[in-house]
Amino acid sequence: MGDLAGWLFDPYQFEFMRRALIALVIVSVIGAIVGAFVVNKGLAFSGDALAHSTLAGVAVAFVAGANVTVGALIAAVLTAVGVGFTRDRARVSYDTAIGILFVAMFSVGILVLSRRTSYTPDLFSFVFGNILGVSRADIVGASILGLAVLAFVGAFYRELVLVAYDPAAASAMGVPARFFEYAVLVMIAFAVVISIKAIGIVLVNAMLIIPAATAGLFVRRLGPIMAYGLLFALVASIVGLHVSYHAGVAASPAIVLTASLLFAASVLLTSRRGPVEVRTPVEAVE
Amino acid sequence: MTSLSASRMSELHVPAREGLGPEHAHRELALQVRDLWAGYPGRPPAIEGVDIDVPAGEMVGLVGPNGAGKSTLFKSILGLVTPMRGSVEAFGRPVREARDDIAYMPQVEEVDWAFPVSVLEVVLMGRYHHVRPFRRWTREDREAALEALDRVGLTEMAGRQVGQLSGGQRRRVLMARSMARGARLLLLDEPFAGLDAAVQHDLIRILDELAREGRSILIATHDLSCVANSCDEAVCLNRRVIAAGPPDQVLTAEVLTETFRSHLLAVGLAPTPAGVLVPGTGAGSGVADARRNGEPPPA
Repeated sequence: MGDLAGWLFDPYQFEFMRRALIALVIVSVIGAIVGAFVVNKGLAFSGDALAHSTLAGVAVAFVAGANVTVGALIAAVLTAVGVGFTRDRARVSYDTAIGILFVAMFSVGILVLSRRTSYTPDLFSFVFGNILGVSRADIVGASILGLAVLAFVGAFYRELVLVAYDPAAASAMGVPARFFEYAVLVMIAFAVVISIKAIGIVLVNAMLIIPAATAGLFVRRLGPIMAYGLLFALVASIVGLHVSYHAGVAASPAIVLTASLLFAASVLLTSRRGPVEVRTPVEAVE
Repeated sequence: MTSLSASRMSELHVPAREGLGPEHAHRELALQVRDLWAGYPGRPPAIEGVDIDVPAGEMVGLVGPNGAGKSTLFKSILGLVTPMRGSVEAFGRPVREARDDIAYMPQVEEVDWAFPVSVLEVVLMGRYHHVRPFRRWTREDREAALEALDRVGLTEMAGRQVGQLSGGQRRRVLMARSMARGARLLLLDEPFAGLDAAVQHDLIRILDELAREGRSILIATHDLSCVANSCDEAVCLNRRVIAAGPPDQVLTAEVLTETFRSHLLAVGLAPTPAGVLVPGTGAGSGVADARRNGEPPPA
C-alpha cells in the first residue's frame, strides 16, 4: 500500500508535476465534451486537420516573437472556418478538400520554420507536447478557453443537439443551424489549442477521439458519453503521467497509449453484451 | 414524354380552391403559397410559379416523381432555401413569424439516426421554440413529449437510442415530435418512403387522427393510394403545379401521366379515360370522406 501511495503521490512534491496534472484535467474535460461531437458527427479528420494547421500559427508567432498560443488559436479558428466553408461549398469531396487545406497549413508552418537555422526545444514542445514544461500562463490560457467552451456548450446544449441530429428541422424551428455547425468546428479549434502544449500537435486529436469513442461503447446518449469520456480521459491522463514519471518516458505518448489500451479493453468487454441503453424515461431526459 | 398538348393540359387543370364554391371562399388557410419559384444556384429553378393552398383542418397530398421539386418546395416554404420569387404565408402571417405553429418532418435520410440521442429527447425537440441560452426542458415539455410518445405507441422505447428503431418506428418518433410541438400545420416530406403497407397504414391512421383534431397537413408522397384515400385534396407537382383539387378529380390518367411522365408509363399503367387509376378510391370509401362525414376512424 505504501508503495502504491508513493507511486501515486510522490511525483506531486514537484510543482511541474502539479501543473501537469492541472493541465491534463483541463484537457480531459474539454476533450471529452468536444470529443463527443467529434466522434458522433464524423469530425475526426477535421480535428486532425485543425491540430496540424496550428503549426502555421505557432511558427509565424514564434518567428515574429509573438505569443505562440495566440498564434495557434488564430490559425486553428481560421482553419475551422475554412473547414466549414469547404464543407458547404467545395466542388471536390469533403475529405479531399480538408486534406488539401490541412497539408497547406502544415506546410506554411514548416516553410516558416525552415528559415530558422535550428529547431529549438521550445518549438518541439508544441509538435510533440511537453507536459512538464506547462507554465502557469499556459494553465491560465487553457482555463479561459476551456471556460468559454464549457459556457457555450452549457448555454446552447439543446441547439447543438438539435442541429447535430436534424439540421433541417432545426432550421425550420428558427435555429441558426449553420452558425452552430461552425461553432462546433470552432470548439474543436479551442480544444486543440487548449491541448497542444500538453499533448502536442501530432497527438492532440487522440484526446478528442479516444475517450469519447470509448464512452460510446458503453452509453448511447450525448450527456453520458461526455461524462464517461471524461472518466476515461482522466484515467488515461493520470496513468500516463505516472508511467512517464516513473519510467522516464515522454508523457504524451504514454497517455495516448493508455487511452488506446482502455479503448481496446472496452471493445473486448462490450463486444458480447452490446451497449447499455435501457433507462427509465425521466432519467433519460436529464 | 407525354403526347398531350399544352392546351389539352390546361383543360384538365382543376381550378384551385377559389373556384370550388362560395362555401369555401372565406375558409382560413393554414398555408398559402403564391407564385413560388425556388432552386439552387447555377441550376434551373426546381419549382416554378407554384400556388398551393392548405385549408385549415385539411390534409393535402403533394404528388410527384423524384426530382419534381417536392423537397425544394418544402424547404422554400420554410425558408431553408431562399425563394427566388413568390410569397408564403402560414395562418395569414409570414412563415418566419408562424414557426411555433409549424412542424416539419424532413425526409428520413436527412436525420442523423446514429447521433446519440434517445427517443424521448427527439420528441422533446418538438418543444423547442426560441434560441435561449441555458434553457432546459420543463416538466410541461416532458409531459407533452411523453403523451405524444404514448399516442404513437412508443412509450416503451423512450430511453432507446433512436438508431435502434425500425423504419416505421423512426417515422412515428418524428410524428410524435410534431405532435409534441402542438403545431397546427404539419409539413411531412415523404413519410412513407421505404415502408411496407401495414406500417404505412399505421402512420396514416395517426395522420388521420391529427387531421380530425383540426390540424392541417401537407404531405409529400409517391403513394397515390394514400392521397386518394386519406387526403382531402391532391396537388400534382412536377416543377409546376400540374393539377390541384379533390383527389377523385385530380388523380386522373391524364394528369398522372403528365405529372410522372415516363415514370408512370414505365410501370405499365395504361391510361384509362378520365378514370382514377388508384384502387379503393370510390366515392365515400376513403378515410378523408369518413373524416369529413364525421364517421369514426377505421380500426
